[in-house]
Amino acid sequence: MATGANSSSWKPVAGHGIGARLMNWAANWIADLGENVEKAILALGDISNFTFLTIWWLFTRRPFKGTLVPNFYQIGVLSLPVVALTGVFIGMVLAVQSYAQFRMLGMETRMGAVINMALVRELGPVLAATMLAGRVGSAMAAELGTMRVTEQIDALSAMGANPIHYLVVPRFLACLILIPALTTTADFMGVVGGAFYSVVLLNIDSHHYWENSREFVGVFDLFSGLFKSLFFGAAIALIGCHRGFTCDPGAEGVGKAATGAFVLSFVVILFLDLVLAIILEQVYGLIWPGGASLM
Amino acid sequence: MSLYTATRDDRSQPLIRLRDLDVHFGQQRVLRDINLDVARGQTVAVIGESGCGKTVLLKTIIGLIRPSAGKVSFDGRDLAGLNPDELATTRTRFGFVFQQAALFDSMTIGQNVAFPLRRHTDYTEDEVRQIVVTRLAEVGLPTSIVSKKPAELSGGMRKRVGLARALAMDPEVVLYDEPTTGLDPIMSDVINELILSTRRQHPVAGIVVTHDMRTAQKVADRVVMLYPLARLDDDEPQIIYDGLPQDIEDAPDSRVSQFVRGEARDRLMELRQYNGS
Repeated sequence: MATGANSSSWKPVAGHGIGARLMNWAANWIADLGENVEKAILALGDISNFTFLTIWWLFTRRPFKGTLVPNFYQIGVLSLPVVALTGVFIGMVLAVQSYAQFRMLGMETRMGAVINMALVRELGPVLAATMLAGRVGSAMAAELGTMRVTEQIDALSAMGANPIHYLVVPRFLACLILIPALTTTADFMGVVGGAFYSVVLLNIDSHHYWENSREFVGVFDLFSGLFKSLFFGAAIALIGCHRGFTCDPGAEGVGKAATGAFVLSFVVILFLDLVLAIILEQVYGLIWPGGASLM
Repeated sequence: MSLYTATRDDRSQPLIRLRDLDVHFGQQRVLRDINLDVARGQTVAVIGESGCGKTVLLKTIIGLIRPSAGKVSFDGRDLAGLNPDELATTRTRFGFVFQQAALFDSMTIGQNVAFPLRRHTDYTEDEVRQIVVTRLAEVGLPTSIVSKKPAELSGGMRKRVGLARALAMDPEVVLYDEPTTGLDPIMSDVINELILSTRRQHPVAGIVVTHDMRTAQKVADRVVMLYPLARLDDDEPQIIYDGLPQDIEDAPDSRVSQFVRGEARDRLMELRQYNGS
């Protein structure tokens, strides 16, 4: 229950003096802050409960027959072109941006290490996840939001089907299983794009370009990118589905759910990226103390 | 008086029993101290103006909305005491016809009607197909529509598909949420006739939420009128009429007779006072 300044238990300080006005302003500000904090805690609790129920249904029942393949197709296959295109362009942009600096140092052949390391560790996973959040997360929120508004989710419940089991679990599984594949695609196409621009257009020596890449980019770098992508995929599915399930009525509600799903997914992806990067660095340090660094 | 005489087992107790039912949404109280019994085979029309809690009552009966207080019993069992699997099984004994049909957009008409059968029965695909065709025929729809999507149908056809889907599992009670809202008078009468023919063909109880008096008087053997809580004093009951449809026009409560005759006297006075203030 919000304890806002407008609630019946609080009476504004009487008087028109600056002291009374300051008191009232401060009380209102504290009340608004409290209300927002309360809303944030409730929202966190709600999505935590939603996540728990999704995982519970995932492990206690097999997914509904016929729900997995359409979602895998929608989320995985149809996202492939846009993720691949993003990867190619990011690879080439990295080559464009880094070329001048490396050329000044006479280290153009090291570009392969920089481009490919940046791609497999950061840009591949984050950009694939961002594209997925934009293409799939907001679509999930809009689709499930429309189902909520038109009572289709109630209809599922009324027919004895659990909506989380029927609607969320397949989408969650599809995102979780397919995002590593999409990330691998983004990585691969980025590597191809970067190499094409560097070797073909900038005439950097191919042998040294690949040799430097091989030397600096290891299995752990690839693993860390794919590992992070699992968390990104889970976050995209849960946020998109939760936004759809809690959609406000009307077209405006559906629009807000779709936009909100993308914005929140993007913020969560960046936050998870930071947290996981720190954790993975620690893990790397534990496995290979004093391990190789890029420069 | 029930039109259908129950035969399955001891039918002396009501099929649906609501006791001291309260429903709140945050600070807003929508239903207060509702007590209602629905016998097997009986069709009850729940009438009342928009926003009085009719749909909330219907969704509470099937467990889509959890009551804040009070008890909903179906066939002698309290819904609150059921685990999720038992609740899901219990819901298959209900059919729910939604206001806008609530057909699944992504599925064909055939898949929509077959949905509960595929979910809850071991019927073969041929048997499922046969039931789908039979149910669609019962609501006057041709087999040719099974491969169409809901968006390709008119509003009246969608409602009929919604009814066919609600009947697919051969339920014991069908809940109708505003079955004729948004339809032309002819199609409304078609839906009313379908509700009646459903009662003739299947031994079902029904709760029809409506503000269409023609529907209430045609399909129901009992009418219950709810009144918005905002217009009631704390000690007044929310159910202001519970009786036979043929007696409702002579109800002593002026709020009931005004609603039945569609007279907006009190509301117009309120509106004038509001505009004047």
